[in-house]
This record gives sequence, C-alpha cells and structure tokens, in this order.
Amino acid sequence: MLNRHLFTKHQESIPTRNGFGDALVEIGTINPQIVVLTGDLAESTRVHLFQKKFPGRFIECGVAEQNMMGIAAGLALSGKIPFVSSYATFNPGRNWDQLRVSVCYSNANVKVVGAHAGISVGPDGATHQALEDLAMTRVLPYLTVIVPCDYWETKKATIALAKMIGPAYIRFAREKTPIITTEETAFAIGKTIVLKPGKDVTIAACGPLVYEALLAARELEHHKISAEVLNCHTLKPFDEVTLVKSVKKTRCCVTVEEHQIIGGLHGAVAETLARRFPAPVEAIGMPNVFGESGEPQELLERYHMIAKDIVKAARKAVSRRSGR
Amino acid sequence: MAGGKKTNLSLKQLALKANEIRRDIIKALFQAGSGHSAGPLGMADVLTALYFRILHIDPKNPLLADRDRVVLSNAHICPVLYATLAHRGFCSVEDFVHTLRTLDSPFQGHSNNHRQIGIETCGGPLGQGLSQAIGMALAARSDQRTWRTYCLMSDGELDEGQTWEAIMFAGKERLHNLTAIIDRNNIQIDGYTESIMPLEPLAEKWEAFNWHVIEIDGHNMRHIIDAVHEARAVYEKPTVIIAHTIPGKGVSFMENRFEWHGKPPNEKEAQIALHELRTLAGRIRSEHE
Repeated sequence: MLNRHLFTKHQESIPTRNGFGDALVEIGTINPQIVVLTGDLAESTRVHLFQKKFPGRFIECGVAEQNMMGIAAGLALSGKIPFVSSYATFNPGRNWDQLRVSVCYSNANVKVVGAHAGISVGPDGATHQALEDLAMTRVLPYLTVIVPCDYWETKKATIALAKMIGPAYIRFAREKTPIITTEETAFAIGKTIVLKPGKDVTIAACGPLVYEALLAARELEHHKISAEVLNCHTLKPFDEVTLVKSVKKTRCCVTVEEHQIIGGLHGAVAETLARRFPAPVEAIGMPNVFGESGEPQELLERYHMIAKDIVKAARKAVSRRSGR
Repeated sequence: MAGGKKTNLSLKQLALKANEIRRDIIKALFQAGSGHSAGPLGMADVLTALYFRILHIDPKNPLLADRDRVVLSNAHICPVLYATLAHRGFCSVEDFVHTLRTLDSPFQGHSNNHRQIGIETCGGPLGQGLSQAIGMALAARSDQRTWRTYCLMSDGELDEGQTWEAIMFAGKERLHNLTAIIDRNNIQIDGYTESIMPLEPLAEKWEAFNWHVIEIDGHNMRHIIDAVHEARAVYEKPTVIIAHTIPGKGVSFMENRFEWHGKPPNEKEAQIALHELRTLAGRIRSEHE
C-alpha cells in the first residue's frame, strides 16, 4: 500500500496538482463530455496539459471566477462534466454563492478544483493561502469534498470524480509532496485508508501532511506509542465507520491538516466522535489566524504542522486519555 | 422539430392568455400571503409570447433533448414562470394558485429545477442566471445542437458584478445562440434603478461588450415576437432584448410603484386587481378590430 521508497534516499516528491493535470488528459481522452474551465490560471493549476490536447473543450474565463462557476453549472445541466480550476482562495472562495446555488442546489455535476491550498503556498502570503476552503465546502449539501495526499492519490481521485455523478470539490497543494502511495494503492471516494495500524493513538490526516503524520508515527515508536495513521482523503461524505473503529481501539485522536482547525478535518472528526464515541482529540492546523509570507517549510514549522508537533500532540492526546 | 409542440395563438389570443396569467398570479400571491407582485405582472406578456409562440418545448416531455432552454435569473418573479408553465400544460394551474410558497410545493419562493415542470435551473441570488445560460449555449454549440438559450433577467440585477463578467464572456465567445431578455421596469427594492445605481446608457453598454441590442415595448406581442426572430437571425453576436415594461402592469395601483416590488395584495386589493384585469380583458381587440 505504501511506496517502498518511502523514507529512503530514493524517496520521490511531485506536486499533487501534477496528478490532476495528468489525470485530466487521461479521462479527457476516454470521455468526450469532460470540459475544463480556468480563470487565467491554466499552467499553475496544470490544466494547460488538457488545453494543449483538447483546445475545443477548454474554456478560458479570464479573471472572473463567479461567472466561471455559473458557466460550469450551465454546462453540467446540459450533459457536460466540467472541471473548474483556479486557486482555492478564489474557487470556492470568490464564488461560493455560485457554488451554493448554481451548482449545489441544482445538484449540477460540476467538479471544483482548488489549487495552491494550505499554508505551504508560501511567499505569496496570507491572501493566497487557502485555509478556509474545506469549512466552506463541507457545509454545502450534496457536495463531495476530497483532499488527496500525493500525486497518485490525486490522479485516482480526479478519475473517480469524473465517474461520480454530482458536485465535488478537490484541493491541491503547490509544493512538491513525497510520494506516499503507489499506482496500485486502492482508492475509493468516502473510504478512509489505514496507512499504518496502531493501538495507542489515532492520527487522522489529510493532504500532503499525511507524510508528516507517518514520520510522526515512526518517531512515536521510540516513545513506545503505537500510532494508527488514517489517510482521510474524503472529508465528505466522511468515513465515520473507519474513524470510530480506530478510536474505539486507541481511545484518543490527533487531527492533522493544512487548514483552520475550525470546520475542516478536525471538525469532521470531532463531530463524528462527539456523536459516536467521545474521546480526547488534539488538533494540528491553523489556530484561528491568517498565514503570512515565508518559505513553505518555515511556515509549516512556524504553525506547528510538522512531525515533531504531531508527536507532541499525540503524546498529549494519550495523556488526556489516561487522565494523567 | 421532432417532439416539440408550438401553439399557434393569434396576437389577440396571446394578449388574452397573458391577462389570464396575470389574474392567476394575483390569486396565487394573495393565497400565499407573501411574494413579489410588480415583476411577475410586468413580464407576463414576454413569457406568454415566449412559451406560446416561440419556444421549442413539449409539456408532455419537459426534458426533451432538443428543447429550447429558459433560465430565469431574477427568480423572485417566478410566479409568472409558474403561471405560464401551468397554462402551457407543464403543471396544474390549480396547484399553482393554491400551493405557491407552501411546504412540499413545487412552486417554491424562488424557482428550482427539482421537479420536472419545465424549469432548468435554480435561482434566487441575483446575477447568477446569465452565466448558467452561457454554459448551456456553449454546450449546444460544442455539440452542434440547434436549440437556443434564453436568459430572463431584471434591470436591478445588472448591479451585480457577475452579470458584467458574463456579458463580457458571451461577447468574447460570440454566442449567437444566446438571447438575454431584460425586464427594464426601472424599479428595484429600494427605489428607482436610476437613483439606486444608474444603468443608463444601458443599450450602449451592452453594445460595447459586443452584443446585438434590440429595444422593445415589453407589452407589445408583435414587438416581442419580432425581436426574438431578429435575435435568431444574428449570427455573429449574442442578442439582448431590452424589454421596456411597466412593473405591476394591468393593476392601476401597482403600476410603476416600487413599493409593490416585494409584497402581495391583501384580499381587498386582490379583488380590485382581479376586477381591473377582467375589465381590461374585455377591451383586448385583435389587430383587425
């Protein structure tokens, strides 16, 4: 299930968005109904690959995300499968009302693509670091929400979204991300993957930080703590069964995401456990603040999102469980 | 035209039909106890002409593959769409009059596409319709289909930035299979459009964005039909028909009064309105009379 080169010197890193660009070309070849829209961001969202191959099915909307989302709704209501791409801060940030009414309320088969999500966008600073997109998409009826962890998962998720009927949101990161999974790793929308079994603490992660979660799990072994790492790539519909099964065993949890602690994966996990199996939950994520300019790694360190922070949070979760 | 059906009402019959539709709007709004009066009454003639003389549609098959598409962008005037669809046979006039804006009714406060009664999209928040209509027109063009897309919109919603994004895009794409029809009634909730947010010179603005512009009297059936035919004949551009209408048309105390934008008549007002509309119906003459 895991890439055999993981944590070795042969470890490869590729941006998740590349998996999207490659998958689009693949599915575009098979399905003539796939169309792609962008708001003046063809290359950085990697849809320029599709544009090159299928110019007749590529729609350049200019810097006008609200119109773009509406056009996608109209295309979907006429039988097309539109992928709408821009940065996550604008799409669904700038066009949330259009996503809500034109797309979700109509149950239009639109796939919304938010690139450059998370704090790791880096030097562009707070305005361009999408840290709220998961909260504002999770809350919309009918909408599926996916956060893939690496190149392969992004590719598989993109293909799965094209086959699925209904509106969906998928977010990518800008930076190179270690390849954690393989081409053969199973992927199904709505099915959390147990990447590493454990018994003392559940680490529920999504997106590129899944790598940091796995690193933390290795580190925790030195502290005699056995961590179970869940790759929660689908935030909605959320796989409550796999989470509850894990936490029933570990009885505590840490959530890990490049997003505000409010409303994203932490929200999904806390809501689930509050209803089905109350347990201590610690959170790695943005603590209700905006980001800032900096190198991606510096920012991840500044906002306590790397392996050592996850280790600390896991130890805290374990101690809260034990009541020590 | 396989599957599609057109009615062949004369201009006089169309005017009488619009009058009937206005009366059912009044009845439904009174029953509902909430809703918008002025806009629906103002657009009754345009919708009647569209649905009874122009559109390629089939009430027996609302999802007919090659049907013309209508997007109602200013969805708060949906009572006129519901009443027109009902009179055209897509749903029951009785149901519309008695269940508008009530629980479980297909006739929601703002129109949606959840039941198959001939409504293509969901609307409500202003400024969203033209973009959706563009998506449909693009789909028709890319599939080489001949059906056309009509977007009904208000003048007030031209305040929305998204509308101008859409106007710019359709002009760029030369979407000749798209026709926008603006209900130019000069009112919005807070007052007259030219005092809230001036829109003039409106025709010149659309022309500057590469649209073909036609201005008509939105209560003259001949004008409405001719304008739509002209739009079909324009091959290099999308067309906008600026239909000058009287909000509250047909009911003396509602006409041109922005106070009637967002409220229904009470029982007494409804009775007077129905009486006035019945009297007007008696005065409708054919071109030859």
